[in-house]
Amino acid sequence: MADDAACWKADGNMTAIAEKAPEKAAVFRAEGVTRVYRTGAVEVRALRGVDLALYEHEMVVLLGASGSGKSTLLNILGGLDLPTDGKVFFRERELTKASDAQLTAFRRDHVGFVFQFYNLVPSLTARENVALVTEIARNPMRPEEALERAGLPDRMDHFPAELSGGEQQRVAIARAIAKRPDVLLCDEPTGALDSKTGIRVLEALYEVNRDLGTATVLITHNAEIQRIGHRVVVLADGRVTRDEENPSRVLPSEVSW
Amino acid sequence: MLRDLRRIWAQTLAIALVLGCGIMVLVGAQSTQRTLVQTQAAYYERHRFADVFVSMTRAPVAVVEAAAQIDGVAQAEGRIGFSAVLDIDSMTEPATAQVLSLPPNGATLNTPLLRAGRLPEPDRPHEVAINEPFGEAHGLVPGSRFRGVLNGQLREMEVTGWVLSPEFIYTMAPGALMPDDRRFGLIWMNEAAAAAAMDMAGAINQLSLRLTRDADERAVIVALDGLLDPYGGTGAHGRERQVSHSFLDGELQQLGAMAAFMPPIFLIVAAFLVNMVLGRLIALERTQIGLLKAVGYGRVEIAGHYLKLALLIGFLGIVLGWGFGWWIAEAMIALYGDFFRFPFIIRDLSFGALVISAVLGMATVLLGGLRAVWGSLKLPPAEAMQPPAPPSFGRGGLDRMLTGLRLRQTTMMIFRSIIRWPARAAITLFGVSASVGVLVMSYFMFDAVERLADSVFEQANRQQITLVLAQAQNESAVRDAYSLPGVRMAEGAYTMPVRLVNGHRERLSALQGHYEGAELARLVDDAGTVVALPGEGLVLPDMLARALGISAGEMLRVEMLAPPREVLELPVAAIIHQGLGQEAHIAAPALFAAMRTAPQVNMIHLMVETDRMEALNNAIKETPAVASLADWGEVRRQFDETLSENLLTMVGIYTLIGVLIAIGVVYNAARIQLSERSYELASLRVLGFSRGEVSFVLVGEMMLLTLVAVPVGWVLGYFLAVGLVGAMSTDTIQIPFHITKRTFALAALAVFLAALGSVMMVRRRLDRVDLAMALKARE
Ligand SMILES: Nc1ncnc2c1ncn2[C@@H]1O[C@H](COP(=O)(O)OP(=O)(O)OP(=O)(O)O)[C@@H](O)[C@H]1O
Ligand SMILES: [Mg+2]
Repeated sequence: MADDAACWKADGNMTAIAEKAPEKAAVFRAEGVTRVYRTGAVEVRALRGVDLALYEHEMVVLLGASGSGKSTLLNILGGLDLPTDGKVFFRERELTKASDAQLTAFRRDHVGFVFQFYNLVPSLTARENVALVTEIARNPMRPEEALERAGLPDRMDHFPAELSGGEQQRVAIARAIAKRPDVLLCDEPTGALDSKTGIRVLEALYEVNRDLGTATVLITHNAEIQRIGHRVVVLADGRVTRDEENPSRVLPSEVSW
Repeated sequence: MLRDLRRIWAQTLAIALVLGCGIMVLVGAQSTQRTLVQTQAAYYERHRFADVFVSMTRAPVAVVEAAAQIDGVAQAEGRIGFSAVLDIDSMTEPATAQVLSLPPNGATLNTPLLRAGRLPEPDRPHEVAINEPFGEAHGLVPGSRFRGVLNGQLREMEVTGWVLSPEFIYTMAPGALMPDDRRFGLIWMNEAAAAAAMDMAGAINQLSLRLTRDADERAVIVALDGLLDPYGGTGAHGRERQVSHSFLDGELQQLGAMAAFMPPIFLIVAAFLVNMVLGRLIALERTQIGLLKAVGYGRVEIAGHYLKLALLIGFLGIVLGWGFGWWIAEAMIALYGDFFRFPFIIRDLSFGALVISAVLGMATVLLGGLRAVWGSLKLPPAEAMQPPAPPSFGRGGLDRMLTGLRLRQTTMMIFRSIIRWPARAAITLFGVSASVGVLVMSYFMFDAVERLADSVFEQANRQQITLVLAQAQNESAVRDAYSLPGVRMAEGAYTMPVRLVNGHRERLSALQGHYEGAELARLVDDAGTVVALPGEGLVLPDMLARALGISAGEMLRVEMLAPPREVLELPVAAIIHQGLGQEAHIAAPALFAAMRTAPQVNMIHLMVETDRMEALNNAIKETPAVASLADWGEVRRQFDETLSENLLTMVGIYTLIGVLIAIGVVYNAARIQLSERSYELASLRVLGFSRGEVSFVLVGEMMLLTLVAVPVGWVLGYFLAVGLVGAMSTDTIQIPFHITKRTFALAALAVFLAALGSVMMVRRRLDRVDLAMALKARE
């Protein structure tokens, strides 16, 4: 009950913010997003009324303890999951009202995903994994160009099993950006990599954001990485506890852990 | 194990069903066969079914004693047999009957079994017993009367009882294709009465022999033919040419062939399926197996765990197979009861078949299971606890070629999966093609029957009615036939029972004399072309020519077995392909020129106005010159009726069986694919592929394999049909081998739909895969 009330209040705030800053166009707006998982008799409140906006060309780093709801939020933004309550807008469209087919089209046309475990198709080579997406995209770049941008110009004809973790992640990034998405959603893309390889992956993401202007959300456990974002959002226990601009942005190469 | 079972219960059941099908066919066909064989044997024994049969024109009763003296003969009995046209109150058209004499002291061979009433008293000439089915068909209960023309004289007879006989388990009028208990009856009459009717006092025209255990049947037949030659013997033969016996035997052979051909296919498919499913289960539980090993479980214990599942499948399959096998045996025995009249049934739920099927069933699942379990047991625990190495995809020539085709990537995924796991694809391919093959083989039997009906009814015999004359008459009889009511067209023909002799080889057959320009009864070969008879010489079907060891151009001796009993030497002019043909043919002018007589006819084929049938029937009943009548339209109608009834059930059963294999194979293969690739497929959904596009990867692979399997199955079915024809053909009957396009198409369609249905069932599971869950982590 208390959560519901908070939700309504947050809704009002959200509208106020949007009115105050008309110069910044929002790609995503989340209003009072709540997500409750029910497994048997147990209820887990993964998100408890999240309000958040993501603007064009922006790179947002999403931090938070394990279990704070980061992945849940990202999946809802990407149209993979629906909130139990609250609204999510992509530009003018309300995702929370979209049908399954509309959500599929939304993912296909607008969203690029990068996950911790790459999720490549093992039976397709690097180039083919990228081509998989360019074949169904509206305005794709050539697979080769995408792989170059992701920092993997050679080894295009290798199967995922023949590539290192970092290389596989760069194939995943190439696959995500090849359709020229409006947003890039990355869930711990460096989570399974060592720091040197991780930095190379971050560089690829950084350059895509800089050169193509793709709005990017980057989930990480690593507080150091927040220094490369325009903005930092921290989640705790299903709520946004911090949301601030980063005045002193650095290049990924300057980060170390 | 219960947990495993809950996860794959549908797969377990699917395999058990395939296995069960194999066992069902084995048990069902074997039990039916054994039951019929036992029943037949007991019936023959109890009612003293003869071993050798012969007819003659007329012989003194003394030949019976002489025949009994032949070496190897245990017993001989003579009788008088003739045909009659009956006038039964319950039907407008005439019926025909075979009349048989009963010795005054009762028959000692082929003894009739009394089912109701009593046998005729020796001193009452008008009393007769009739066969039970004929009595049933007309309600001719003991005490009722009917009329018949016996040897040209109208007589009234009184029914005293109903009987069955081991000679007539399968009752068919001479020249008919199907039994017809309404139109054809059997009449047992006192010997004295029969002799009086036929002017045969002190004479017989039929003789039956029972042989001693170690007798040489061929030698007895030769001696008997020698003995009866002066009396117009038509050639003795053993049981294999006795109509009722040979039909029953043919049916038993077919059952045997079914029990031998079908089950192995099911068992092989089931073994592969067990292997596939257990292999996947073990792959899924690999870590768990490693853990068990690490804490000290022995190989045997772990193997035992998985084999228990295999055994459970086997057990289920066996129980299902036994149950349905028993049920199907009951159904088939009942079905046979429509054709074959047994007074009793000795059920033999073939115990041997039960044991063999159980052993085979268990061996099947264990073989499949052991192969799967073996690999996993060899892994050291440390390695087993690791997730399996990701599959490596090669770049063979085939792969380069596919890459060159610039296919869509989802299509590429299908091909790579097939190339990467060729054994699995091969199993699916084999299973699906096996089911296509089984269907082709089954439907082929209907093709054969239909082809037969077509050649008999549509090509060779287009007449509506055939009149069999009591005696040969000159050609003017055909003109006289036009004066019968409703006759639109009449055509004469001449038929004669003959013995064909070429050196030491000989055959009993019939010689057909064809008049030029015959439009109704024609000689047609297997290709369906009407054969024009050459101006001179004989035309023989190839089976008959082979049996006689004769080829075109050679001379053949033709001994007529009925008056005028001439012996002719005729050249063989041509040999034709005619799978069912057993008769020799000749142009009528050539025949009568050789006989040096004026052309004659003893059969008249008619086309009639259907609305005047009744008048025609009445006229024929009163025409003594006509010995019997065959109504081809009625024969065809009966043939089709019996066929559609029985064939529909059989088509249903076979389709079910074939489709079950396809479902078992495709469903399991698709489930395994889904289990291995659900993460991958969910990733595609995340990338924005629609449900349809994602399921294309799964459905596409299965349907592609199905499509490839269809032609393979056609070829397999072709050879199964060849084998079936070989197993079912005797030296008198060759099943026409011709598989129609319809059979191929139907088999493919049934299997295609079954496969599609099975993948669609699995596809529903794919739709339920939770996207976010799939991304959490690698399994
Ligand atoms: N499918 C699910 N069913 C039930 N509970 C879930 C499910 N997914 C997530 N949760 C729960 O929701 C909460 C938030 O999960 P989420 O995955 O969003 O956290 P996270 O911030 O991404 O954590 P991490 O940093 O470990 O990835 C957790 O308590 C988790 O247990
Ligand atoms: Mg997470």
